[in-house]
Amino acid sequence: MKFGIVVNEGPCQRQSADSAYHFVRAAIARGHEVTRVFFYHDGVHVGASASVPPQDERNVSENWSALAAEHGLDLVVCVAAAARRGVLDEDVGARLDPMPAPAGLAPNFRAAGLGQLIACGIDADRLLVF
Amino acid sequence: MSRPAKKRFLWVSRHAPHGSIRAQEGLDALLMAVAFEQPVSVVFLDDGVYQLKRDQMPDRVGLKNFCAGFPSLAVYDVHDVYAERESLALRGLAAEDLLMPVRVLDSAAIGALMDEHDVVMTF
Repeated sequence: MKFGIVVNEGPCQRQSADSAYHFVRAAIARGHEVTRVFFYHDGVHVGASASVPPQDERNVSENWSALAAEHGLDLVVCVAAAARRGVLDEDVGARLDPMPAPAGLAPNFRAAGLGQLIACGIDADRLLVF
Repeated sequence: MSRPAKKRFLWVSRHAPHGSIRAQEGLDALLMAVAFEQPVSVVFLDDGVYQLKRDQMPDRVGLKNFCAGFPSLAVYDVHDVYAERESLALRGLAAEDLLMPVRVLDSAAIGALMDEHDVVMTF
């Protein structure tokens, strides 16, 4: 089955990003495909490269980056939500097309518009919202 | 931008309009689904029914009155707008308190509505 994943919460106040991470790992282990993970609302903080949790705690951003490197996941941070929250370091508004890999994002994350969320809903067999 | 595939989207909004950006960003996603020419239905649940309250004045505290745009959803071919009966009743809201007419369904009927749609997006 093709799963699309939406993460709507940041790493600190809710468990959504952790739950989604464990779900994606389990789904891939069972032979399913994860077509995209879209980070919206405070979920864009998951893709922030500047986040540095204490060393004895799990690093949500690093977990996702590593999982993406291992399985070729498409991790998409909503550009408008990220810009609103200061997650992107530079003025992305002036150069949306083509979309570069903006400063401020952790490895293997990219920034794109909400159209990628809707396309994910259309293309996946199931869209799961965390 | 249009694609051959069409899916029935159900946009479920569960948060109060102000105090967090959740509902406002959710509306942005709804409008993007419309731009992709997907059939979209809308449900207001839980504190989300407060978005339908008439006479909101969030500009007085520097916030955007995005709910004022809901009556225009029909222009974008979004005609199926629902609110949950229990959510309205718990918050003391009646039809005359709302900024537009909506179809009021009980929670069981909302559940059936979710079953009928291909993609349920919650905000």
